[in-house]
Amino acid sequence: MATFGVIVFPGSNCDHDAYHAAKDVLGQEAEYIWHKDTDLKGADVVILPGGFAHGDYLRCGAMARFSPIMREVAAFAARGGPVLGICNGFQVLLEAGLLPGAMLRNRSLKFQCEHVHVRVEQTDTPFTLACARGQVLRIPIAHGEGNYFADPDVIARLEANRQVIFRYTNAAGELDAAANPNGSASAIAGLCNDARNVVGLMPHPERACESALGSADGLVIFESVVQSLTSGALVARA
Amino acid sequence: MRARVFVTLKPSVFDPQGKTIADALHALGYGKVEDVRQGKYFELDLATTEAVQARALASEVADKLLANPVIESYRIEVD
Repeated sequence: MATFGVIVFPGSNCDHDAYHAAKDVLGQEAEYIWHKDTDLKGADVVILPGGFAHGDYLRCGAMARFSPIMREVAAFAARGGPVLGICNGFQVLLEAGLLPGAMLRNRSLKFQCEHVHVRVEQTDTPFTLACARGQVLRIPIAHGEGNYFADPDVIARLEANRQVIFRYTNAAGELDAAANPNGSASAIAGLCNDARNVVGLMPHPERACESALGSADGLVIFESVVQSLTSGALVARA
Repeated sequence: MRARVFVTLKPSVFDPQGKTIADALHALGYGKVEDVRQGKYFELDLATTEAVQARALASEVADKLLANPVIESYRIEVD
């Protein structure tokens, strides 16, 4: 049994979805952790959920980085603990410097709310362990600032280190400019840190864990981390 | 003293809002407006009378919070 710690910032609005996916769909333990808390309540995996933490004042995720719990999240990540940032949680990880790069306004300037296709690029992370490489997941996005940006040398390093974990593709898993919903560099939908235990992605796997909700493709992300924790398997660097 | 901090996207970063504003101005007939870059403006009231100190403090908070160095740069005026 794995314990999911779901961080709750003022303005988080996908915390219940993540909790529901872990507890009710997967039958694991789950705890809400308020952003002012200073311990992770024994969590084996930490989820930074979607929403609008601190109203997204100044920049998305800019204020959340200073919440007391983020010191614990950073220490947990440094110890190799699995951390998943979803949408706003991804933006928080970028602002906190736990992942490289930054988000710009969507190229369309519109808030994009739709199901998209993402291709799993790498399976040697705790969150993609149970995926097949090249597997295409149909998962919703809901964001106004998901246009991933990093300097070209940073992008080159991410590619060389195989840190791009999810890419926007068409339904057939092919790169297609029309399938990139926000203008992200290199069609990046999600990436991991050097140590591969911290993963961020803009699409919402927690909203796609039951077929009644239109797709259950996101479940494999949560199953992956349960598998990585319960098997005790260290994530191999391929 | 007062410090004014102007935060803008780096020249290498595409600014879709600035582009849309420029397009709107062109539609209004302002063809001489060649380009627009949108940014943020902060006024900091600082408990110091030393311009050098004020600038250093403004620069520190800009680095730490007001600007994201991955995508933005800033300029400071002090008076």
